[in-house]
Amino acid sequence: MSRRVCRDMDVPTNGAMPGHGCPGERLGERQVVTGLLWTIVLLPFLGALILIVFGGLMPKKLAGAIGCASVGVSAVLALVTTALFLKSDLNHVNAALYPWFSVGGLKVSMTLHLDSLSLVWMAIVTFVGFLIHLYASQSMYNEDGYSRFFGYMNLFVGSMLVLVLAGDLLVLYLGWEGVGLCSYLLIGFWYKDRANVRAANKAFIVTRIGDTAMAVGLFLLFREFGTLNIEQISLVSCRYGGEHALLLIAFLLLAGAVGKSAQIPLQVWLPDAMAGPTPVSALIHAATMVTAGVYLIARMSSVFKSAPAALLAVALIGTVTLLYAGFSALVQRDIKRVLAYSTISQIGYMFLALGVGAWGAAVFHFLTHAFFKSLLFLSAGIVIDAQGHEHDVYKMGGLKTSLPVAFWTFLIGAASLSALPFVTAGFYSKDAIILASWASNLGSIWFVIAGLAGTMITGAYAFRVVFLVFFGEQKIEVTHQPGSLMKLAVIVLAFFALTAGVLKGPVDRMLEWVVPPLPIARHTGESTLIAVSIIESILAIYLAYLYFKRWNWTEAAARSRAWQSIHRFLFVGWGFDWLYDRVFVRPFKAIAYGNRDDFIDKLYAGLAEAARYANIGLSRTQTGRLRNYAAGLVLGAIILAAVVWLR
Amino acid sequence: MASIPTNNALILSAVLMIIGTVGVLARRNLVFVLMSLEIILSSVGIAFVAAASKWHQPDGQVAVIFILVVAAAEVGVGLSLVLSIFRKWGTVDSDEISSMKG
Repeated sequence: MSRRVCRDMDVPTNGAMPGHGCPGERLGERQVVTGLLWTIVLLPFLGALILIVFGGLMPKKLAGAIGCASVGVSAVLALVTTALFLKSDLNHVNAALYPWFSVGGLKVSMTLHLDSLSLVWMAIVTFVGFLIHLYASQSMYNEDGYSRFFGYMNLFVGSMLVLVLAGDLLVLYLGWEGVGLCSYLLIGFWYKDRANVRAANKAFIVTRIGDTAMAVGLFLLFREFGTLNIEQISLVSCRYGGEHALLLIAFLLLAGAVGKSAQIPLQVWLPDAMAGPTPVSALIHAATMVTAGVYLIARMSSVFKSAPAALLAVALIGTVTLLYAGFSALVQRDIKRVLAYSTISQIGYMFLALGVGAWGAAVFHFLTHAFFKSLLFLSAGIVIDAQGHEHDVYKMGGLKTSLPVAFWTFLIGAASLSALPFVTAGFYSKDAIILASWASNLGSIWFVIAGLAGTMITGAYAFRVVFLVFFGEQKIEVTHQPGSLMKLAVIVLAFFALTAGVLKGPVDRMLEWVVPPLPIARHTGESTLIAVSIIESILAIYLAYLYFKRWNWTEAAARSRAWQSIHRFLFVGWGFDWLYDRVFVRPFKAIAYGNRDDFIDKLYAGLAEAARYANIGLSRTQTGRLRNYAAGLVLGAIILAAVVWLR
Repeated sequence: MASIPTNNALILSAVLMIIGTVGVLARRNLVFVLMSLEIILSSVGIAFVAAASKWHQPDGQVAVIFILVVAAAEVGVGLSLVLSIFRKWGTVDSDEISSMKG
């Protein structure tokens, strides 16, 4: 598939003139795609509006139908747009709706910008989102607030689409905040339980820290470039090199991405966010919202390329996080927490790829991860529902025969996660990352070692769950089987988790034009790496099997004191919650408690008190006695006489 | 006849003024307060006469007559007020009549 090099200079940046542009482009194509884009974005918002306003009045089936249909139609249109876009010679499409505001030199307009990068995200968000909506329409059917749920989910999909299709950084920030809001609303969906509300607060507050850093980064960007239009910034920042302003901006944007994508040090919210319903975890905290940080860094690749220190920071954060989360996932009891830590770890891989300049590998890993992670969450949801809302892995067992659909789909998901060689999509994407971390001129052996270690751990924790939940003897009776829509969703996702590997070539070629990868430094050793990683994934699965079968020495080791403390350390996520509690939460609460009388208010209250005392004092002169008043008269007369006499 | 030095007359006036003022402030019985007011008025009269004598003008003497008239009228009004007070409160102790307190 050839693509014209349609340079940005050929096309006016606010896309105000449809039909003009690169020679050879078919007339009207741009307009069609523009129209499609706006429909895709606005449909979920329309669905959300209808559901939130009228949801209480309509029957459940209608609410579910509207919720799924809005995202479904968007998905179909997204696929149509993809086909149109790829077939044409367009490099990108800018769709301006209206000027948002123009204040003091900052002109922001509501533009959507479609190129290969946002295309991938748009397609995945709508398609996987649609499948998850289908699943949720059955799994959440017996819940209160069914229409409210779909309203929030639609709002989320709409905001995510605004985020990935934004042509202006402020529009991106709008989508960014929107997804944060919906994440809060959906984590705390069962708001009557206080623990869920606390988890939702935690998610919102921690991501807020990242959001604030990102906002400061946007301010600095405006000060530096005078515009927040993504295209213009990408053009101009290519000519910069390592200046301090750009470095600071890159670090601030990285902070925003770290918050949203749950990387160290802002990863503490994601495991607790599993308090929300399973479709929420699948959509928001596996496939889409947490990848917004990856998207941001890929989108702002020219800024990061001009700030090498920031790029190194991205890679380092990714590496540390993927190991941290992998180790933590090994010891978790709650099946959803294992998957949450797994998400943190896989996004660490994406950050690692971004940090060594392999943007395509990161995006492709996002694509495969969206499929297999949401698959894992949805089939875990089936298991949890069937066991009467039991989340503890050690209380489950032997579900291989009782829940066959869940078993096979979870197995496929775990295999893809562990990058089982050749048959799964995860293999191709993870290998691309490990290769890039070796071959790229920003890569190093340490990244490779970390990546390979991560693969081992990933296979181990994924299959630990598989063995514990599906093999062995059954401990809990299966109450009900999954519905047909749920089965459909997981089967389709399983299919893609296996076959999406074929998309690697096309995706790489598409992305080369938008985010050119950094040059390759080391050309040798590729086959060794691939061989090592293949051996590793199989070895990891075998190790998990051994753990499950309980070798004698593992039992003895498990009872030792050293292992108990290590286990405890890993279980609480390496003590980040404990640390943050001691360093931030407790001092803040102590200060708030100490200031509960509000010392600034005391100033104003003091003024009122002084007036009151003056009043009491002066009231004492009103004795009602004639003699005292007469004395006052005499005193005044004497003073007056004295003044006159002494002049 | 030998004239009295003006200063002496004025000193007498001042002393009487002081006696009257102290009486107004220190007496609790309203009738005595009125009496002290009379003393003040008298002292003013003495001052006027002394001044008239000094400057050999009759204006001062005329003023005294005016003062006496005013004093008489005022005493009439004042005593009727004291009578009303006595009817209402049953006492003429000015310290007891403090319902305007506060």
